[in-house]
Amino acid sequence: MAKHIELGLDNDDLKHMYRIMLLSRRLDERMMLLNRAGKLPFVISCQGQEAAQVGAAYALDKEHDILSPYYRDLGVVTEFGVTAKDSMISAFAKKEDISSGGKQMPGHYGSKKHNILTQGSVVTTHVLHAVGAAYAKMLDNAEGVSFATLGEGSTSQGDFHEGLNFAAIHKLPFICMIENNGYAISVPSELQYAVKDLSKRAIGYGMHGEQVDGNDPLEVYRVIKEARDRAVNGEGPTLIDAIVHRLGAHSSDDDDKYRDKEMIASLKETDCINTFKQYILDETDIDENWFAELEDEIKAEINEATKYAENAEYAAPEDALLNVYEEVHNG
Amino acid sequence: MAKMTYLEAIRDALDFEMEKDNDVFVLGEDVGKKGGVFKVTDGLQSKYGKNRVLDTPLAESLIAGTAIGAAMMGKRPVGEIQFAEYILPATNQILSEAAKIRYRSNGDWNCPLVIRAPFGGGIHGALYHSQSIESVFASTPGLKVVIPSTPSDAKGLLIAAIRDNDPVLYFEHKKAYRFLREEVPEGEYVVPIGEVDVKRDGDDITVITYGLCVHMAIEAAERLKDDGYEAKIVDLRTIYPLDKEGIRKHVKETGKVLLVTEDNLEGSVMSEVSAIISEDCFYDLDAPVMRLAGPDVPAMPYAPPMEDYFMVNPDKIYNKMKELAEH
Repeated sequence: MAKHIELGLDNDDLKHMYRIMLLSRRLDERMMLLNRAGKLPFVISCQGQEAAQVGAAYALDKEHDILSPYYRDLGVVTEFGVTAKDSMISAFAKKEDISSGGKQMPGHYGSKKHNILTQGSVVTTHVLHAVGAAYAKMLDNAEGVSFATLGEGSTSQGDFHEGLNFAAIHKLPFICMIENNGYAISVPSELQYAVKDLSKRAIGYGMHGEQVDGNDPLEVYRVIKEARDRAVNGEGPTLIDAIVHRLGAHSSDDDDKYRDKEMIASLKETDCINTFKQYILDETDIDENWFAELEDEIKAEINEATKYAENAEYAAPEDALLNVYEEVHNG
Repeated sequence: MAKMTYLEAIRDALDFEMEKDNDVFVLGEDVGKKGGVFKVTDGLQSKYGKNRVLDTPLAESLIAGTAIGAAMMGKRPVGEIQFAEYILPATNQILSEAAKIRYRSNGDWNCPLVIRAPFGGGIHGALYHSQSIESVFASTPGLKVVIPSTPSDAKGLLIAAIRDNDPVLYFEHKKAYRFLREEVPEGEYVVPIGEVDVKRDGDDITVITYGLCVHMAIEAAERLKDDGYEAKIVDLRTIYPLDKEGIRKHVKETGKVLLVTEDNLEGSVMSEVSAIISEDCFYDLDAPVMRLAGPDVPAMPYAPPMEDYFMVNPDKIYNKMKELAEH
């Protein structure tokens, strides 16, 4: 039986997942292009990690679950309802930016309406926020789980340890997924940790841990779905180590010269967008025409989003003084 | 009204708010079963349960970070850091996260969080149980920092802090816990954040201070009376953001000002107060701004003679007051 059938997913599910993955990829590619054209000061890429991001987010409950994503998670937030237009407006730092009103760099996600907690740049602080959100759910006996993602470099931070330890003590409804692309900017994973499988750290915390092929959206969907079931059944948190590929540089400001070109080329051979497309072609009656139409549709969507965002207004300069405190503004 | 110590007033505020609002919960090291190392939260766990009076692992960043997450979800957590010095591992969460949540989300998210921590010297606490840590936080827009000097203010400011929709650091002087006792309003009692308070009136000189130094300054002022001078004692109460208008008003009324803190002199809260006075009250001054503070050494020593040498006391304040009054 095909894997998606075993998981209870049908063609519409596959189409949806592929669509969000491709939309995230093409959006990211367009942003990189706009950066090179001098129109966007900074871009931080999701390329290569879309399978893990969309597979995971698709397994969550958009109404009740709380996200605490990290800066590469364009696929996660897009699956949670952030549109191409929203993302482009953030990239151009315009007033309508839903995350920050143009205050933060792109990739610093946050939107109450989408259940996405606001993010800063100092990595791993957000893991504790997600754990605190899960504690609040426990106090209120509320539905849903909290879900945090991070790079493997962030597992070296103290907040990672403090958060997982606490989540396990209280059996909180919390899922932590490492998007392990093997590099923290230039530092390879062998200089980040000695353990072979990062999910084994779960044993030390007293929680369930699992390593998964993050290049396969269906496998990621499966492990997150199971983690979510455990979480809502009071069986506590899960640590997932999703092995993914970083296809590009760390960011638009990084030359990526520290990585071997042949190695990067080999990663592209197993690009998750291509492998998932092949899976769909092999295992369903969805044909090339659908993929071609989807490309056109997404291109039009991104063109429109780019045009809108580029022409949108910036916040007024003195808006820099707003939202310091509830009752007063500074300055 | 009932007579309460400073410590009992803090507990009364916590109890009142927890009773009234189910979203308020307390977390920290030893706050539950033991009731805190100083017994501030004594009895609260048996009343409100283990989840609302939570004994956390020994991890300060966790206390702040999980409280931030819960606060974003609509809870009103009150974290306790056992000694003010131990807040430093949580500084990243407080400065990079809590203080910026409203601003960086453009008002979409907010963080109604309180962190309490006992500070201050004179209790043989040596370097790491005596410090005034407030200047680390007192120039961070997005944060509020309050330091009550009396049991009534302790109650009213803590209730205000818990109800505030932004993060508030609440530093309580550990020597004041059982040393100060007064009539405290029962039930609902709120002291607004951001307002100075005149603790003693006088028209010859103005002393601006906060925390336990308020009481030392009042004692010194009573002695100064015999020299024929009346000192106005102004308690900052909120040390960030400062009540600039209140500071200006009380400085202009006497034209002579002494600033007192038990923190180190350089870069203390009083450095900013001094700058405000220099900028805005220059032509109203009859003498240079004077400051009295701890020496610029890393922290307070343990041996009693060295500790006494470090600490501000009523004698030192009296001498400075007299010097200023006679200027």
